[in-house]
Amino acid sequence: MARTFLSWPVLRQLTGADRLGRGAAVRSRNTDEITARTETADRVAKSVCPYCAVGCAQKVFVKDEKVIQIEGDPDSPVNRGRLCPKGAASKNLVTSPLRQTTIKYRAPYATEWTDLALDTAMEMIADRVVKARNDTWQDVDERGQRVRRTLGIASLGGATLDNEENYLIKKLFTAMGAIQIENQARI
Amino acid sequence: MAEAHPVGFQWVMEAKARGAKIIHVDPRFTRTSALADTFVPIRAGSDIAFLGGIVNYVLSNELDFREYVVNYTNAAAIVSDDFQDTDDLDGLFSGYDPETRTYDPTSWQYAGDEPAADDEQNPEMQRETASALQHESHGSGVKANPPRDETLQDPRCVYQVLKRHYARYTPEMVARTCGVSEEQFREVCEAWTANSNPDRTTALVYSVGWTQHSVGVQYIRTGAILQLLLGNMGRPGGGVMALRGHASIQGSTDIPTLFNLLPGYLPMPNAVEHQSLEQWIEAVSQPDAKGFWANASAYGVNLLKAYFGDAATPENDFCFDYLPKITGDHGTYSTVMDMIDGKVKGYFLLGQNPAVGSAHGRAQRLGMANLDWVVVRDLFEIESATFWKTSPEVATGEIVPEECRTEVFLMPAASHVEKEGTFTQTQRMLQWREKAVEPPDDCRSELWFFYHLGRMVRERYADSTEERDLPIQQLAWDYPTHGPLVEPSAEAVLMEINGFEVESGRPLSSFIEMKADGSTLGGCWIYTGVYKDGVNQAARRKPGSDQSFVAPEWGWAWPANRRMLYNRASADPSGKPWSERKAYVWWDEDAGEWTGHDVPDFEKTKPPSYRPPDGAAGVEGLAGNDPFIMQGDGKGALYVPQGLIDGPMPTHYEPVESPFRNPFYAQQANPTSKEYVRPDNPSNPSPSQGHSEVYPYVFTTSRLTEHHTAGGMSRFVARLAELQPEMFIEVSPELADERGLEPGGWATIITSRSAIEARVLVTDRLTPLKVEGRTVHQVWLPYHWGEGGLVTGDSANDLIGISLDPNVLIQESKVGTCDVRPGRRPTGPALRRLVMDYQNDAGLTTAHAVEDTKESQS
Repeated sequence: MARTFLSWPVLRQLTGADRLGRGAAVRSRNTDEITARTETADRVAKSVCPYCAVGCAQKVFVKDEKVIQIEGDPDSPVNRGRLCPKGAASKNLVTSPLRQTTIKYRAPYATEWTDLALDTAMEMIADRVVKARNDTWQDVDERGQRVRRTLGIASLGGATLDNEENYLIKKLFTAMGAIQIENQARI
Repeated sequence: MAEAHPVGFQWVMEAKARGAKIIHVDPRFTRTSALADTFVPIRAGSDIAFLGGIVNYVLSNELDFREYVVNYTNAAAIVSDDFQDTDDLDGLFSGYDPETRTYDPTSWQYAGDEPAADDEQNPEMQRETASALQHESHGSGVKANPPRDETLQDPRCVYQVLKRHYARYTPEMVARTCGVSEEQFREVCEAWTANSNPDRTTALVYSVGWTQHSVGVQYIRTGAILQLLLGNMGRPGGGVMALRGHASIQGSTDIPTLFNLLPGYLPMPNAVEHQSLEQWIEAVSQPDAKGFWANASAYGVNLLKAYFGDAATPENDFCFDYLPKITGDHGTYSTVMDMIDGKVKGYFLLGQNPAVGSAHGRAQRLGMANLDWVVVRDLFEIESATFWKTSPEVATGEIVPEECRTEVFLMPAASHVEKEGTFTQTQRMLQWREKAVEPPDDCRSELWFFYHLGRMVRERYADSTEERDLPIQQLAWDYPTHGPLVEPSAEAVLMEINGFEVESGRPLSSFIEMKADGSTLGGCWIYTGVYKDGVNQAARRKPGSDQSFVAPEWGWAWPANRRMLYNRASADPSGKPWSERKAYVWWDEDAGEWTGHDVPDFEKTKPPSYRPPDGAAGVEGLAGNDPFIMQGDGKGALYVPQGLIDGPMPTHYEPVESPFRNPFYAQQANPTSKEYVRPDNPSNPSPSQGHSEVYPYVFTTSRLTEHHTAGGMSRFVARLAELQPEMFIEVSPELADERGLEPGGWATIITSRSAIEARVLVTDRLTPLKVEGRTVHQVWLPYHWGEGGLVTGDSANDLIGISLDPNVLIQESKVGTCDVRPGRRPTGPALRRLVMDYQNDAGLTTAHAVEDTKESQS
């Protein structure tokens, strides 16, 4: 369509049925030719915003195994499709180029990071957990009370994690006798 | 709420559109204030005085919802003759021991309920173990049937005790203490009371900065008292609503990663009181009390069966002995002190950034620099992973990388779209998330990390013959895995949390089906039902528009998919709705059962007229008009005879750091707060200690909409970093004049812990208040910044010291004193010199500080 005065959307809005300019009045061929990337997604996962505790439902759009968009889920009785600036930026959170995707290791007294393979890191951590537990084990405390525990291993975190994850964390640490297990709820 | 929970705030706006009046009380004018009908600026740390004033307004004018109060609260219960109030003892309750700084609550009990000599409480142990947190759902451990005076005239009844306690919280005292004008205070009183009756309800909403005070629990208690007096609890549109700040912080409290709790609010056993299964169960079930805790043996046994599987049998007390025992305060702050003192070897940080997010950042970082190893699991390279090379202490020379031995493993985590599982949001609702994509490279879920770590630790102990290794060897740890990453099944874990019959594998549909004989297991009794009928109820997504306003088929709420707790109170004593407008749950006489819009929070067929036989306890002991079914007497607690460390009724104390003497009593601050008196944790002096003018201003902190807590999920996100790019301090024009602060320039903020710098934002969002006849300036800081991420800045939490609420061991980080001066802070060792110069001016040499603190405690 040639750009003429008559194609000015305000005219369409004033003369047509769409007086509020929310429908036909503001459409153009260009509008009609654009396809939202959400429409060509391979699949949509039902998710929940990871920031505050309101629990806004999200729709996570995936194409070629990549997250291409995250939107509020209009079905949710909590957020009715809305997201705040953080929730709306959560695609940027999960696809950020700043994310750590490999392991960084800082040796004692080192001034820089070095790389480590996942398997190696897991073996090293397991060794250190076992050693710390063995070195600091208490069958009884200083008053002779039975405590069967270690005060050598502590943990902080959980409020951003899943219930299933917190369950395994507490279960494993409790079996190992580690008790200084804490999260944001104390803070 | 509009700032930190903006999408939740849409419902406040919906209410406003329907005629609700919105009142916002806050030290600072925010986006919430902008949309409220009334904004009430208040001095940070004076909330009990403010709310206590409203309680006094209600009681002195007899504006309470009398039928509700008599039937549903403990207003009629008679308190022991031995009880003495803060009026009698100038700010202390009876039973105070200045040596231990704790109370013996014997005299606080209901008449006739004073414990026998052999049944003594151990308040010091209770404070050390944050025992009140367990009462979050245990209810107060009172016996079933205290003596009552339903005319509320007996001078020893709770109603009269409460009335006397708050009589001095007059509008004049509120104005003097809070800096709120009498006129504005009366406006709030009138609005709240006028809107609370059979036909109307008022909601009290707080964000959890309220918990971050040395009297945090008592803040919330004051709100609860008011809402009970006005009949707003258990009714639609009423309640006390906590806006919690993390996606599953409710879940991580229910299924706790907390030192003093096991799943479902079962207490971690302590070495003094819980050396046997029987002792542990009795401590929870309280044999003489009413209510659903009576079944604690089933809840406890099911947890032990879930933990230790086949090894847990009736003969060995279900391996109760395998549980480690706590002996005191093992909270995160005490652990940090232990790190500084070299007692801790290894530390896991799981999506948490204490170098920025916890009080007293310097102590956090110095603690981490004195460990053997730290495992940081996060999405980004947060400050808690880089303390050894980028922290402020590296600049001051307190941490020297070449001399710091701590090994650091920065392990990349899977994001919320790269794993499946449930979050529990702030209204106890679980929502299942589907996995959208696989995590990249070495990123893994915590489920993966802990499952495999557990597997590897078990391999290392597989051949051990040591008795102490039995719990690890016999741990039930055989979860199915799937996919190329060998990811454990989150649904299998959720099924274990829900519980099932051991023999048949049939999922339990309610905790009522749990058996104490080992024939069922379940990892968290309050979550039983989330897998009802073998269906993942948390994954339900029936559109809100296709169901009632309660939306019971979206997700699943504990317990038993109840969306509102204690909703029996939404009907009158005879079981009828208080009004048609506020009908929610009611007794259907013809059907002989409770029904309504929500799952009734009451035994379905117990009629309102039911009265328990003499001596009945447990569930049977609950009368048809006892809506508070987890409380030992079935009633809402206006007065708490036991379970709280710092008193049966909220009382105004000044914050630990305050420019003012307590206007109400000689007792300055919470006499039972948990203090760590040591040179690396100084407190700014209060007026009674002298030199309080060195730190003359009040500061508070909170969140911006565009950032999230310690910034680990927002400073690394380009969009959010761009929206709020820089640390700043908000100051009033009057303070800017007084201190020569330039808009857009720099200010340095100094406390006895540290000094930070921030850009100056001069704004009338902060108003100087008149308190005790003089002007007090308050300043406000966001706390999202650190040295990492796309946008950097100093961390407000570095300013804060470690003083804790005695009930739950949460730090006072929402109010403190400081100095503010123009210009940037010094760098390098000069930063510490500035802080120490101030300490010297304030008389905070080490010995002096210790002495002063002791003095202030007595």
